[in-house]
Amino acid sequence: MKISEAAKILEGTILCCEEFQDKEVTAACGSDMMSDVLAYAKDQAVLITGLCNPQVIRTAVMMDMLCIIFVRGKKPTDEMIELAKERGIVLVSTPRRMFSACGKLYSAGLVSGGY
Amino acid sequence: MQDCVHLEYRVDGQNFVSAGSATESVKTFLKGMGVNPQDVRRVAIAMYEGEINMVIHANGGYAYADIYVDKCIITLVDTGKGIKDIDLALQPGYSTASDEVRALGFGAGMGLPNMKKYADECIIESEVGKGTKVTLVTRFD
Repeated sequence: MKISEAAKILEGTILCCEEFQDKEVTAACGSDMMSDVLAYAKDQAVLITGLCNPQVIRTAVMMDMLCIIFVRGKKPTDEMIELAKERGIVLVSTPRRMFSACGKLYSAGLVSGGY
Repeated sequence: MQDCVHLEYRVDGQNFVSAGSATESVKTFLKGMGVNPQDVRRVAIAMYEGEINMVIHANGGYAYADIYVDKCIITLVDTGKGIKDIDLALQPGYSTASDEVRALGFGAGMGLPNMKKYADECIIESEVGKGTKVTLVTRFD
């Protein structure tokens, strides 16, 4: 699905890099623990997380991710938005909690891309 | 192309905003060289974990990247407190990270295991009170 569709499903707001919202994504990874993302993520283009700090953006960069979805209404700081913009990563904020955000996207066809 | 490119970075201690910038720079360089994306990512993950460790535990240090056509050698050197028991530190889940670091999404005790997992060679030399040197060798496919 397109990033814009994922944002819509989650009633989310796209916070930056709207120009890339039509990019196609097929797999996602949900975690608040960045070390686990680094340990287990494979080719998931979307990171769903409740953690909100600059290291989330860095982690996504290391994993070549295209989009970060912040759950539970978390709003990244201007500093984080700047980091994401420079790297072309779409940031989305959704009021949904982790479990329901993952469930909604999974039901809509996004896969986990791992075990 | 030259036989080897040498890159050097100063890594600031306790700076959780800039943490990862040295790794990003190396990653960009490798990508630009046309190294296969899987290998670029392996280098990036292992180095990033090491860089974060220096920021968290060692009050910063230096990161060096020696890039050859067929491999990349990352060397991370700090003069921090050192690792008392390397075997223990390598156990997944073992961590001495502070709550502040855990709040950043790290401190799960996956740093050294991740380095070992993603690099082809991971050599950790450490002396308590003196510092730590980590060498990460990644061979390109």
